[in-house]
Amino acid sequence: MADERSGFDAVVEGPKPSYQGELSPVQVQSPGEVHESVEALRDLFGEAVLRHDVVANGQHIVFVPPERNLEILTWLRDDPEQQYDLLRDVTAVDYGGGQPLQVVYQLFSFFHKNALCVKCELPLDDLEIESVVSLWKAANWLEREVYDLFGITFKNHPDLRRILMPPDYAEGHPLRKDFPLRGRFSRAEQTRRALSQDLDHYYFDAEIERGGEPQELPPVAKTGEEAPE
Amino acid sequence: MAQKTVELTLGRTPEMGVGGKPVMGPLAPIDMPEPDMESENMLVNIGPQHPATHGVLRLVCELDGETVVKCTPHIGYLHSSFEKLGEYRTWNQIVPLTDRMDYLAPLIYNCAYIMSVEAMMGIEVTERCKLTRVIMMELDRIFGHLLWLGTFVMDLGAFTPFLYTFTERERIYRLHEAYTGARITTSATRVGGMMSDMPEGWAQGVRDFCHGLPRTLEECETLLDNHGIFLSRCQGIGVISGEDALNYGLTGANLRGSGVPYDVRKDQPYYDYETYDFEIPVGEYGDSYDRYLCRMEEMKQSLRILHQALDRLEKAKGPMDVEDPRITLPSKTDAMSDMESMIHHFKLVTEGLHAPVGESYFPVEASKGELGMYVVSDGGTKPVRWRVRPPSFVNLAALPSMLEGHLLSDLITINASIDIVLGEIDR
Repeated sequence: MADERSGFDAVVEGPKPSYQGELSPVQVQSPGEVHESVEALRDLFGEAVLRHDVVANGQHIVFVPPERNLEILTWLRDDPEQQYDLLRDVTAVDYGGGQPLQVVYQLFSFFHKNALCVKCELPLDDLEIESVVSLWKAANWLEREVYDLFGITFKNHPDLRRILMPPDYAEGHPLRKDFPLRGRFSRAEQTRRALSQDLDHYYFDAEIERGGEPQELPPVAKTGEEAPE
Repeated sequence: MAQKTVELTLGRTPEMGVGGKPVMGPLAPIDMPEPDMESENMLVNIGPQHPATHGVLRLVCELDGETVVKCTPHIGYLHSSFEKLGEYRTWNQIVPLTDRMDYLAPLIYNCAYIMSVEAMMGIEVTERCKLTRVIMMELDRIFGHLLWLGTFVMDLGAFTPFLYTFTERERIYRLHEAYTGARITTSATRVGGMMSDMPEGWAQGVRDFCHGLPRTLEECETLLDNHGIFLSRCQGIGVISGEDALNYGLTGANLRGSGVPYDVRKDQPYYDYETYDFEIPVGEYGDSYDRYLCRMEEMKQSLRILHQALDRLEKAKGPMDVEDPRITLPSKTDAMSDMESMIHHFKLVTEGLHAPVGESYFPVEASKGELGMYVVSDGGTKPVRWRVRPPSFVNLAALPSMLEGHLLSDLITINASIDIVLGEIDR
């Protein structure tokens, strides 16, 4: 019954992508354009270059298998012909509808003034990928954010904790398409949790361990009484 | 705890300053052994509501006496999930979300987002629109740097420059208001153009502002550059080498202060920045003082760009918006009298703009560093993913390493010198 729907139903259901295909959409392909780094990757790693897209504003995207991301990114950073020494961004894209999550690395070579986007597609039942903090320290917080908002685990990350959401956040990973806009819990439960005075809402485990229990204030002496010891 | 020497590195204050003016010597370095005491490290919580953290930043510091052993920033107190909200909005409806991120330089965010969407859609905006956006972005670079200057020196105990810079900021606020009707939440851009053409006399207002600013900057420099307390609290504090800074992904004046001349306007030019005549200031030592010098110089370079852009604007008399009925709204007269225009108007308002399948990562030099707007479209009227690469977020991640071994009072200096705004960190 159409008239039984309230205005919020659409909000709860989440956005409906207009693209209904099964795979993530193939982007604008310009076969004429070549990118030196992609050609070099093809020569060296062969099969590992799964796809090469050139999107509208001339940005090159190369898809590599997720299990080889560290190997390929290490080469891209260290090879003197490539030298992608600036990691601009690490993020993820969820197209929804059970499609794999994409982890997106935006690289820039300060020396060669070259930009390259590297993508890895992770199936929803295996959201694990090697961390690149060992290559770029910039990845530390960026990967934490992806872990927090998408639930992708970065193996060998030195400090994988939630970053934007509180440490005891239990509703899941907000930027996934299956996460409703207003959250999974009721408004009352959300308020109760936000106002909870538990230590683990404000501190991470390591800090609680380090700092110990908070000290109790000494009791206040009432007028006419001697100060307690 | 073993004997330890607390020492300030103050070696590089020149004896003669600019123009032969003598420079006041730095404070005497403290060189005394710490008393050998049995003590445990202490865990101290600073923030989230603390004036020196520049917003709702919370730092949990492990202190050994007054020395910071370890510092853990906690962020997320301002998290509003703008990126998720953006997935429920049409391309043009996202613009008001962007200026709430960096509310200290909102127009850069407005422009950066719309430039990314236009790059994805393959829209080439008009010359007049380009120049207007360049003027807006340079104006807001000054806007952001002025606030940084005021609060930075106020954290170090100097109050007067804060009043000077806020007087100048008020002038920019009025320019914002004259153009967009709002002082902070400007929302000035639309896909394919601006919200409107600039009001009568606005360009002259920018010119007047450009004319007055150098004097204020000079006054601030007179107060600060030769000031012993200011120098000794900045120089050698929060040093980060160029290599480390690049590895940490620092951008903007924080990276340039360490001697790496990376500026998106030069390295990946957009909007004809390669045709403007301006310089990129770089520091030498990578400390808080170099970051201060870089930002001061950047404001002057922005003024140079503003003058050039304003001159070009006088010659660019064409339309502001692209004339494509699929992108920009028709004029009200057309929509009311012409059938086809009315259909376009109806479709654009009710459905929104259709973007082709694609994506775009568009880096822009914001006042805090490289701002990357990443939009992904599946061919609909709403983005599949809208990601902001906030410069402050990445810059703040380097704070713990810059702090190590410094005194607690230097934490305030370093935190202020990297120029963060929590609105874009938490988004």
